[in-house]
Amino acid sequence: MKATEKRGYFGEFGGSSVPSDLQNVLDILEENFYRYKDDEEFNRELNYYFEEYVGRKSPLYFAENLTKQCGGAKIYLKREDLNHTGSHKINNVLGQILLAKRMGAKRVIAETGAGQHGVATATVCAMFGIDCTIYMGAEDTKRQSLNVFRMELLGAKVVAVEKGQGRLKDAVDEAFADLVKNYEHTFYLLGSAVGPHPFPSMVKHFQSVISKESKKQHLAKEGKLPAAVLACVGGGSNAIGAFAEYIDEHNVRLIDVEPDQAPTLTEGRPGNLHGFRCIVLQDEEGTPLPTYSIAAGLDYPGVGPEHSYLKTSGRAEYVTVTNEEVLEGFQTLSKVEGIIPALESAHAVAYALTLAPALSAEDSIIVNISGRGDKDVEQVFAMLKK
Amino acid sequence: MTLQTAMESAIKSGEKAFVPYIMAGDGGLSILRETILRLQHLGVTAIEVGIPFTDPVADGPTIEKAGERALANGVNLRNVLAALKEFAHEVKIPLVAMTYLNPILAYGAAAFAQDAYEAGIRGLIVPDMPLEESSIIHTELSEKEISLIQLVSLTSPTERIAKLAAASEGFIYAVTVNGITGARSVFSNDLAPHFANLKSYSALPVLAGFGISTPEQVEAFGSFSDGVIVGSKIVDALAHNDWETIESLVKASKHAEVN
Repeated sequence: MKATEKRGYFGEFGGSSVPSDLQNVLDILEENFYRYKDDEEFNRELNYYFEEYVGRKSPLYFAENLTKQCGGAKIYLKREDLNHTGSHKINNVLGQILLAKRMGAKRVIAETGAGQHGVATATVCAMFGIDCTIYMGAEDTKRQSLNVFRMELLGAKVVAVEKGQGRLKDAVDEAFADLVKNYEHTFYLLGSAVGPHPFPSMVKHFQSVISKESKKQHLAKEGKLPAAVLACVGGGSNAIGAFAEYIDEHNVRLIDVEPDQAPTLTEGRPGNLHGFRCIVLQDEEGTPLPTYSIAAGLDYPGVGPEHSYLKTSGRAEYVTVTNEEVLEGFQTLSKVEGIIPALESAHAVAYALTLAPALSAEDSIIVNISGRGDKDVEQVFAMLKK
Repeated sequence: MTLQTAMESAIKSGEKAFVPYIMAGDGGLSILRETILRLQHLGVTAIEVGIPFTDPVADGPTIEKAGERALANGVNLRNVLAALKEFAHEVKIPLVAMTYLNPILAYGAAAFAQDAYEAGIRGLIVPDMPLEESSIIHTELSEKEISLIQLVSLTSPTERIAKLAAASEGFIYAVTVNGITGARSVFSNDLAPHFANLKSYSALPVLAGFGISTPEQVEAFGSFSDGVIVGSKIVDALAHNDWETIESLVKASKHAEVN
């Protein structure tokens, strides 16, 4: 068992606590991930698709208007919203599908919250001709009906999960149940930096392209590192990708922004959920608490194990923003910069509006725009009318 | 009586062990006593008591639904143990709790072991706690003579099967079909050698679980295992107050062929 090697642990967090059958599947996955992650041919193929299919690298855009309006630190936007399929999710999905191909998978399954990961998964499955099933909470299919249609258009089967709250957590449950039943030919393409080892390490590996690029780009523009990197956090895939290259740069502040309606990191405590140890938003009896974020992608009572560790070790900062602040961030970025961010990313924008004025004009910060807001326009329209 | 002793005495008497699974709190905690005492009266060897949890990654649809009904009744680990404790003096057979890791962590290992013991719990199954992590609770359980039962998947690599079988306490819970719990109609034909293989790693009784739903299957499994655990079918029968089905399953274990 690999856990004894402490691979897949971040301090006390991470690991793999799953039924024995599932552990066998994870062992095989782990073996393949470590076999291919630094393989030259694998990375050549991945980079080819990053450039030719996704349109990487994504710009690090100096938001001059927003900077002027806020006063204070220069605000740079890492434009993951410009990726094919409209979010950072495609980075990880491409990496994992190339792994799935090498493992001979006939079928891919995935969970999705806002639908971004589902769309990204359906997209690469269409391109590689692999059968695809997406699990999505029933409540989320209503909030993001356009993304459901998008996935179906791409040839995926979308299963609306009615159990529980009908949200991301419930979709994860169903996807794992499917994997345990069908692991012989099925690859679970997990989209967030959560779940049992090796998923968090794998998702981080493929998402770290974000900070690999942004670090070079920022150095080229400013000749130094940023004062802070901001990202929204639900499970934490865009945040861990945006942070990865800065974790050892102790002068760079890492700031995770979460909804005050799903304040896992700010109010949770260590626990075990979905097969790994992390900070869990839970009651006294160890039952995960319901979450009510306006952003489906952040509606999760757990968080990636490395984020849990970055919090308890004090390396990263965790802040919450209110729905009103998020809507303000959403509208401000749209009006001032002509960029409509995803509601998830608008959390990071919202905190930037507070942080930038508090910093010196000599400083600069990077805000990770993890996705574009087209999917949310209808929901925001309804919220603003109220 | 420890779990292992109970299993062994059932087997020595020429029968096969029969362990029904029930979801505590399905139908309300008020019926828990009656359900357990009635099963005891039917002559079951032990009872596996499932604790409802919001994210039951190892449960099939029938048990998951029962769990949701129980959760809707406000049932949790703490109030199940409290309910069991009230009639523990009437229960002569060992109870085996099945719960996920997080509620135990929230409870605290020592407090859990103490309350579980007082509730008549003699065995524990934690499907999402790997063997390598069992030190979180193992000492506390041992002090109360509560057996930590390992699930052994027959599809695991040999090395892992050997390790789990050797570490299990009370009995070995052999998972007979891939994956999660639920009633199945088809079984692999080549199970018998797997059970023989398990026996070579441990002197403990080996019980077959996951997917047994008919008296015929109970008998068939009896020919190469020490008994069976029946989950989904029992949960379903209890939800419909169908004691006839339950009785026929228990009876089948009494005349299962002894090898």
